[in-house]
Amino acid sequence: MVEAYLRQSPLSQLALPSRAAEETGDAGVLMAERPFRRIVNLRGDPKSEAFQNAAKSVLGAELPLTPNSTTSPNTAAASKDASLLWLGPDEWWAISEDETPPLADKLRDALTGQHAAVTDVGEGYSCIAVSGPNAIDTLAKGCTLDFHDSVFAPGSCAQSDMAKAAVVFRRLEDETPSFEIYVRSSFAEYLWRWIEDAAGEYGVAVSA
Amino acid sequence: MPARFRLTEGGRIDRSKPISFTFNGKVYQGFEGDTLASALLANGVHLVGRSFKYHRPRGIMSAGAEEANALIQVGEGARTDPNLRATQIELVDGLKASSQNCWPSVEFDVSIVNNLASRLIPSGFYYKTFMWPASLWMTYEKIIRNAAGLGKAPEGPDPDKYDKTFAHCDVLVTGAGPTGLAAALSAGRSGARVILSEQDATLGGSLLSEPDQQIDGQPALEWVAAARAELEGLDNVRILTRTQTYGYFDHNFIGLMENLTDHLKDKPANLPRHRLWKLRAKQVVIATGAIERPLVFSDNDRPGIMLASACRTYVNRYGVKPGSKAVVFTNNDGAYAAALDMHKAGIHIAAVVDLRAYAEGPLTEKARDAGLRILDGHAITATAGDKRVKAVQVTRLSDDGESAKAVGEHIECDLVAVSGGWNPTVHLHSQSRGKILFDEAHACFVPGDSAQASSTAGACNGSFGLGACLSEGYDAGLAAAKAAGIKSRKKGSAPQAEDRDFLPARWLWLVPGDKPLGHGGKHFVDVQNDVTAADLHLALREGYRSIEHVKRYTTTGMGTDQGKTSNVNAIAIVSQYFGCPIPDVGVTTFRPPYTPVTFGVFAGRDTGDLLDPARKTPMHALHEQAGAAFEDVGQWKRPWYFPHEGEDMHAAVNREVRACRDSLGVMDASTLGKIDIQGKDAAEFLNRVYTNAWLKLKVGSCRYGLMLGENGMVMDDGVTSRLGENHFLMTTTSGNAAPVLAHLEEYLQTEWPELEVYLTSVTEQFATVSIAGPNARKLLAELTDDIDLSADAFPFMTWRNGTVAGIPARVFRISFTGDLSYEINVPASYGAALWQAVMTTGEKYAITPYGTEAMHVLRAEKGFIIVGQDTDGSVTPIDLGMDWIVSKTKDFVGRRSLYRSDMDKPDRKQLVGLLTDSPDTVLPEGAQLVEKIESGPTMAMVGHVTSSYHSPNCERSIAMALIKGGRARMGQKLYSPQADGKVITCSVSDVVFYDKEGERTRG
Repeated sequence: MVEAYLRQSPLSQLALPSRAAEETGDAGVLMAERPFRRIVNLRGDPKSEAFQNAAKSVLGAELPLTPNSTTSPNTAAASKDASLLWLGPDEWWAISEDETPPLADKLRDALTGQHAAVTDVGEGYSCIAVSGPNAIDTLAKGCTLDFHDSVFAPGSCAQSDMAKAAVVFRRLEDETPSFEIYVRSSFAEYLWRWIEDAAGEYGVAVSA
Repeated sequence: MPARFRLTEGGRIDRSKPISFTFNGKVYQGFEGDTLASALLANGVHLVGRSFKYHRPRGIMSAGAEEANALIQVGEGARTDPNLRATQIELVDGLKASSQNCWPSVEFDVSIVNNLASRLIPSGFYYKTFMWPASLWMTYEKIIRNAAGLGKAPEGPDPDKYDKTFAHCDVLVTGAGPTGLAAALSAGRSGARVILSEQDATLGGSLLSEPDQQIDGQPALEWVAAARAELEGLDNVRILTRTQTYGYFDHNFIGLMENLTDHLKDKPANLPRHRLWKLRAKQVVIATGAIERPLVFSDNDRPGIMLASACRTYVNRYGVKPGSKAVVFTNNDGAYAAALDMHKAGIHIAAVVDLRAYAEGPLTEKARDAGLRILDGHAITATAGDKRVKAVQVTRLSDDGESAKAVGEHIECDLVAVSGGWNPTVHLHSQSRGKILFDEAHACFVPGDSAQASSTAGACNGSFGLGACLSEGYDAGLAAAKAAGIKSRKKGSAPQAEDRDFLPARWLWLVPGDKPLGHGGKHFVDVQNDVTAADLHLALREGYRSIEHVKRYTTTGMGTDQGKTSNVNAIAIVSQYFGCPIPDVGVTTFRPPYTPVTFGVFAGRDTGDLLDPARKTPMHALHEQAGAAFEDVGQWKRPWYFPHEGEDMHAAVNREVRACRDSLGVMDASTLGKIDIQGKDAAEFLNRVYTNAWLKLKVGSCRYGLMLGENGMVMDDGVTSRLGENHFLMTTTSGNAAPVLAHLEEYLQTEWPELEVYLTSVTEQFATVSIAGPNARKLLAELTDDIDLSADAFPFMTWRNGTVAGIPARVFRISFTGDLSYEINVPASYGAALWQAVMTTGEKYAITPYGTEAMHVLRAEKGFIIVGQDTDGSVTPIDLGMDWIVSKTKDFVGRRSLYRSDMDKPDRKQLVGLLTDSPDTVLPEGAQLVEKIESGPTMAMVGHVTSSYHSPNCERSIAMALIKGGRARMGQKLYSPQADGKVITCSVSDVVFYDKEGERTRG
């Protein structure tokens, strides 16, 4: 077992935990790093029944086939362990926080012999959580997508750009607008600073 | 003490909140709710600037965005803005404003001689006079710009913050006058996502200046307040005040600029100054109203000569008397409203001069009833007064209006209120490529068919009565919501009001003067650019026909106001000259921005550190702590070299290079592009995209590959490893990862869709620590206990999985330095831990971190190319002497191009080494090489230096170069003439300078 203390998240240099506020007051935007997400990139043909079945057997849920939709843990149609994000007609992400289940290995085994690809990519991404009453205003500053409830409802996801970084947006099933922004780790510090600056006018706090 | 021309009551100013400001260094008082213009007028200040070309005294002519005269410089130093319209500057305590384009002062401007010499500088003067000799144009231009300038640019970097945002809505209603409010109400009530934008600080538009209007039986401003309250209560409606809709672009993309803090004395630190809204609206309702048109008469530009509606606004909205004794000059009934309101406010109306042969209409009758003196069939044929109008000459017109009867009446006044009718503000409609039609009845251009998902309503649609504005606006809002796909939840009806037009009117485009046109007295058409009716006639006499050419030649309609008050008069005067209908002349293009936009909003927060992403590796902080100097490689920040105290770059690089050959060096190679390739056709895919063979590469082995573009030129190189039967890991150059992935995807998706291959970028999944040098194996042995490092078990160009420093790792035995080298890949989050472990364990070998510069020297010692440095998109593998890697038996991307006849030419540039005669001389990279030194600067060049360094291991300089027919020139002397006149002599050599047999690498 690898010593966990050896790990460093992409935003560790910002010392965010020391800035995390217990009381976030009337901040319009809350930000946090969600480090060490496990992300498995899954490619395959959704029209293949064998592929769908193999994926379901491991994930415990159907792969979402509606563009830019997700299935999350703890919802009726969902898998137990991972959130599933539709990224493209033949591409998904399975995101989990749990260290133990070697999801990628299980998927690889189940998909042996099929035209599919399973790749661990979580180490290459940072997850920045942005929430609060002005979260949508903040995201709108860096992305051309329409984040309004009627268009990007909770449970939606999308690949796009935020400022000058390519990202995956995911809207959580929360009452207050809550988003996760997955960005390649090398861009994380730039993007964090950019978002923090953009949210400045609404009051921004680092949440635990 | 209230200012002299402030009314004791009325208006929408707050007399309990006085505001102090300075204009041209003098302190004045105004009230909250004032604009700079209204506050100046309240203080009796009319003269605010000098004109562009003739430096004639100019005053405030309007009360809105159309202001062409009162262009003001606001602020100081880095916080100064030029060319702001005094009529739109909200008064704020401490405001510092000044006139532009006058020296030494607005009261005494030495350039007024331009006015006296104006007969000598007609339109086109610059083109005609300053053309020859062309070489002097730069000098002329400086003088002209000095004499005819607008405001001054700020002197330092902008200290303010600017914001920009994307936005989306179902319906944008632009303009919050009666029309826009009605549209926003109906669209908002239907449930559509509405944005209502208004350039003014408050809602109401024209109603703010017409408090006597009634809507639905209540005073108009009460209706406005109720409408605002209702809209503010709707979650689906966003109101943007102080927001200029400046441009209408393709696909209903709208540009707006919001002003957030200019009007605040204490500007909240968290707020940006201005915000750019990049709005995508499903539907747009343009409700931008109309702008009053001036009349073109002799010397119509003196301070105190204003638009009639503006006078009305100053009286009613700002509680200001723009003068004490006014003459109203009109061609229509509507202007009598201004006469009546001014009369009511205590301004003496000396006369209403009406161009119409018989003055009639509902307002005219009211004026008659009020006892105002109406001189119909008359015209103002001359004006007097230098820094303020002091009298007008009023003369009876001939029946056809073409000339004035000889003797007129001299009427003293300090204010002339002018109305020539109204022009709908069709700018946004025109920008959207909507058609423009001519409305004969109102003699103005009105919107025709829309080209995009938009509609126009109210005065900007040529419907000038309040009742029509309200019903059109209401219907347009409802229709827009429906067109945006919103099913109306509520039924309602349009607000009702009296529907009174400004007609009847008489169109007399060029009012005759006392003297013939161009012989004393200037009939200004465009006051901002000092273009007169005589200038237009001159352009037409000189043969200009197209209105676009007339515009450019005379500059009418150009400048910051874009001809808001001048264009239609200019077009009409041209049409009259030709004797053709106005629509035949056409309109000039309406260009964004409607009013100028601050540069800062386009930059937004993408300035300074946030201008471009700085990509950092997991070990970046450690490099910073080690004092690394960084180099930009694409967006990456890579350590360039690690100077010790007192070391310059040269010394640091030499030390780093030596360490890699003598003991142990370490570098952060995390930035290398990495692409994961999976699928049963993965090997076949690689076989097609690389020049060499891949089918037989063993699992556990690595191979170097060259990738070509379709043109046969080298586009990338790197080592690819076989991780499994159907699984490869490709590396690319650091700056090229994304283009290579795109190149591969393109072939996969468009050329070979039958191949079962998936590509996934994993560049950032791994942190890569590269160790190099004779002690590399010893170091690694101390860090791993599950990888057999013996040369037999782990030979060059293979990879092994294992644990390094307790971290799961994949170790590649590959080398870019030409020395014994391992590239250790670990999950990115362990990169820093691995680096620290390697540094600590390596202490006994004097482990030396090295940067990109040392890496470049090391690989150049070995003759290894860097794509993009030793290649430039015109270099084939054959040119590089890399025939050995180009398969003759299989097809690959770029192969066919390699067999073009041009590729066989003996004089193609080929990669060779260069050794300078003097071993201490380092050739500059990019230096040209010749065979023979000529006396003059043109010499036949045979090639250029691509890489050049001092090599501490060779103890001399080394260089790589692309030389015509280079490989046939081994040993030949070449010369490199330098800019300083010196010549560097060198001879052509093999490109490998060090360890030619490669023993060190394989050891």
